[in-house]
Amino acid sequence: METTIAKKEEKAVIPKKETPTTDEFIKGLWRENPVFVQVLGMCPVLAVTNTAGNALAMGLATAFVLLMSNILISLLRNFIPKQVRISSYILIIATFVTVTDYTIQAISVELHKSLGAFISLIVVNCLILSRAEAFASKNNLGKSIMDALGMGIGFTFALLCLGVVREILGDGGVFGYALFPEGFENWIVMILPAGGFFTLALWLLVFNIFKEKRAKS
Amino acid sequence: METMEKIAQPKAKATAPEQANEASSTKMLIAMVGIGLACALLIVSVYEGTAPRIERLKAEALQQAIFKVLPGISQTKTFEQLADGGFQLLEGDAKGKSVVYAGYDDAGKLVGVAVEAAGQGYADIIRILYGYRLADSKIVGMYVLESKETPGLGDKIEKDENFVANFEALEVGLTADGLAVTNPILTVKSGEKVNAWEIDGITGATISSRAIGDILAKSTATLAPQLVKHQQVFSQQAQP
Repeated sequence: METTIAKKEEKAVIPKKETPTTDEFIKGLWRENPVFVQVLGMCPVLAVTNTAGNALAMGLATAFVLLMSNILISLLRNFIPKQVRISSYILIIATFVTVTDYTIQAISVELHKSLGAFISLIVVNCLILSRAEAFASKNNLGKSIMDALGMGIGFTFALLCLGVVREILGDGGVFGYALFPEGFENWIVMILPAGGFFTLALWLLVFNIFKEKRAKS
Repeated sequence: METMEKIAQPKAKATAPEQANEASSTKMLIAMVGIGLACALLIVSVYEGTAPRIERLKAEALQQAIFKVLPGISQTKTFEQLADGGFQLLEGDAKGKSVVYAGYDDAGKLVGVAVEAAGQGYADIIRILYGYRLADSKIVGMYVLESKETPGLGDKIEKDENFVANFEALEVGLTADGLAVTNPILTVKSGEKVNAWEIDGITGATISSRAIGDILAKSTATLAPQLVKHQQVFSQQAQP
């Protein structure tokens, strides 16, 4: 039994080695998009996407934490015993979240004011923990960086998709710029948490239609 | 004998993994303590590295906020509030003291006083700064220094133009004896403002906009009479 499993794993590993590392990057953008395909990290996806600006900032902050924790966890992967790996990962992730928090405060008080409440939320984003557990702890530094960049940008892209739709419908604009004439009645519900679920469902529908079409052809 | 062996065998088997576990528990300890120390070191060094800049930026933001909430001023002075309710010019560090900021115009005349106030909002404590003009007993500006209100909803207390316009001339008149506020500030439903001491609330941010009204009402209830009573202290420090 064991040998067959090992063989299967080998087979699975070999094409991975042959493919260039750009595949690790691209899979996060589309094929394994953390939000639309893996449906991970739903808390910030639903809570922080009420405006496009918030979505972008949250996506970038998450991508930074993801990149840094992936780097460190990949470097330490042989040093961390597997019994304490989760607590080690959480420790590392929380550290980088705190570092991000201080850095944003030092860059601009205004920026921190608009983001402050969300930064600490990144700690509990299961996307970061899942990439640490499923990827960075098993792969070398280069691959882990590529994976983090792909997933981070994919996550930012997904958040923007939701944020743009919700801001247009709920606030009549994008990035604070009004799109509609005076008379437009904002759909307040789109800014409220319920709007997050509606928008996410619509995007998942779009993505699944794409997937189905590709599977047929 | 045979049975003894049979019993003994699993025992021997059990000890081997136990030993392995023990061996790795030191490894676990080293890993956790090592990562913990490294993380702590990283956080402390980033904190130490950014703290002076963060403090400076916050002080700058506060200064800017004072000018925002007291239109028409060109210089400010910091005053410390004494235990008896009086005020005196602050010398040295403002840390741990309750302070107010007096604003003066180009001619060196006292315009008003900026006061920091805080209270419970929807998500967390909201810290605001408001400017109180002594000449006509009105709040002439309000600025949110710190809030964790829900973005897109509660944070309208700082972004909604109609709401912010409430604080361009919000009446905080005193009774004839100057000991109390005649009409405490009150937040009403959006569009229902009738009196000069009422705040037009925000639809969809009822709790946050009410919180601002409550913070202002509570703060002015004790401070406005004191500020008016001791306004001599502020105008004495005026320099043309």
